[in-house]
Amino acid sequence: MTSSARDTPALLEAEALALRAGERWLCSQLALRLTAGECVVVLGPNGSGKTTLLHTLAGLREPGAGVVRLQGLAYRERSPRDNARLRALLPQIQVEQFSCSVLEATLVGRHPHVGRWSWESRTDLAIAHAALTRVGIDALAGRDILSLSGGERQRVAIAALLAQQPSLYLLDEPLNHLDLRFQIQVLELFRELARDGAGVVMVVHDINLAARYADQVVLLDGRGGVLAGRAREILQPGRLADAFGHPLIRAEVDGHTVFVPR
Amino acid sequence: MPPRASVLLALPALLLAGLAALAWALASGETHADWSSVADALAGGTAFDAAVIRELRLPRAVAAYAGGGMLAVAGALMQVLLRNPLADPYVLGVSGGAAVGALGALSLGLSALSADACAFAGALAAMLLVFGLARGDGSWTQTRLLLTGVIVAAGCGAVVTLMLSMAHDARVHSMLFWLMGDASAAGRPWPALVLLALAVLACLPLARDLNVLARGALGARALGVAVERLRLVIYLLASLLTAVAVTMIGTVGFVGLIVPHLVRLAIGNDQRVLLPASALAGGALLVLADTAARLVLSPLQLPVGVLTALIGVPVFLFLLARHYR
Repeated sequence: MTSSARDTPALLEAEALALRAGERWLCSQLALRLTAGECVVVLGPNGSGKTTLLHTLAGLREPGAGVVRLQGLAYRERSPRDNARLRALLPQIQVEQFSCSVLEATLVGRHPHVGRWSWESRTDLAIAHAALTRVGIDALAGRDILSLSGGERQRVAIAALLAQQPSLYLLDEPLNHLDLRFQIQVLELFRELARDGAGVVMVVHDINLAARYADQVVLLDGRGGVLAGRAREILQPGRLADAFGHPLIRAEVDGHTVFVPR
Repeated sequence: MPPRASVLLALPALLLAGLAALAWALASGETHADWSSVADALAGGTAFDAAVIRELRLPRAVAAYAGGGMLAVAGALMQVLLRNPLADPYVLGVSGGAAVGALGALSLGLSALSADACAFAGALAAMLLVFGLARGDGSWTQTRLLLTGVIVAAGCGAVVTLMLSMAHDARVHSMLFWLMGDASAAGRPWPALVLLALAVLACLPLARDLNVLARGALGARALGVAVERLRLVIYLLASLLTAVAVTMIGTVGFVGLIVPHLVRLAIGNDQRVLLPASALAGGALLVLADTAARLVLSPLQLPVGVLTALIGVPVFLFLLARHYR
């Protein structure tokens, strides 16, 4: 890390982080430092603790050891509402139980910005419409969310996240249910947000998309080991093969690095 | 989102419907009163009709209104708490506890007043039991809460059956009537009406949190909602409302399940409007049902729970088919 990167204030910082699920340690001594404009991709096999890590980084789960700081303060040093204005979490897609309009589902993202006794204002409404436009579904604003396809619901969830206007986006499999075109659109969208000063941490399954969009990579191996660092260092065939338990080969195609299972 | 005018108009419309239902309840019965004698009775008239209206019909209608409103609000809260559109106020065993208490008192031949006290004690006991068991290790998952509640309710059901099978013949009728739900025994329903109003007011500042919670607990926590505390508050509030309603009018079925759904179909799922609208609609509906229960086979009076069940079952099946198509 260069000295100039060290001087930039960290958006998200994890020190000596250890995570456990029941009796099992998922990782230990994880250090992570994310500055505005960066994208971290979390990779690892099933059950290796990617979601647990994301929830811990979101301050929604106490770490087994270590500390997570958002803009210099531990989560408990701010109110949940103040935290919610700074960071947003896209959970893995959930089953919707109650019908509501796409616009209402998007306005949920405005919750931490609206006072307890107020209704959402015209500004909130405009922000929600802009978010829906950005994911290409403003035309569906009046539709019942229960009538949407899985991919459309995922885009509504992303719109709600945009409406929250956080500095840090934590995304759990944001590409689920999306076809190729929207996968790239969503990744480009978050790259744009990062360019405008946000930070992004996301769990994805596709190593090749990770290689294309990650500045840093956290690689969990499911046996308690973890590697974190610049994407170029971590994304090595040997390291990936070790974590995923299957040999890979690296190739260059049209200037993109791709990994193919052997 | 600021509600559409049509949605906000639903509240005064439902209030008017409730008042109309109350007026009908006061005027109807074995002796039909015209509007002037109803007004005379409410103004403190001394005619025989006036006494019937003021002493018998009015408390009964108000009890039905308050009870219906409380069950509907409790049902709407339970549906959010369990994130399950098919939840109702009784699903977590509060009514089962009340039934055990009330039927225990009735089978021992205690007075109606002590039956009420036992019903309320039973409801609170069931509420605390489910709460304690479901939170045993500090976690508070919907599935665990639901399963604990269902099991406690099933246990109460068995005890109720046992008491019915062992009860003295002369007492079985009053026990069955209590189980079916019956507003005729309600003595002083006014405090319940105040409680309903206070409960709805208490819900309003939490209503947007509930909107967020209805879409999932994890997302709600990420949006800054204190999910654990919110769940605790709505669990206690819904249970308390159910306990009071069941003590007052018995385990009237389906109001707490159907009313929130009907309101949701009409004005959407924004809890800020849904909760007060459910209170108003639940009250109006139960007054109508109770009055109809008095009139259909007059002079024979049906327990109001039979009528709400006869209306509720087909509506419920329709909603079920619609939800899981």
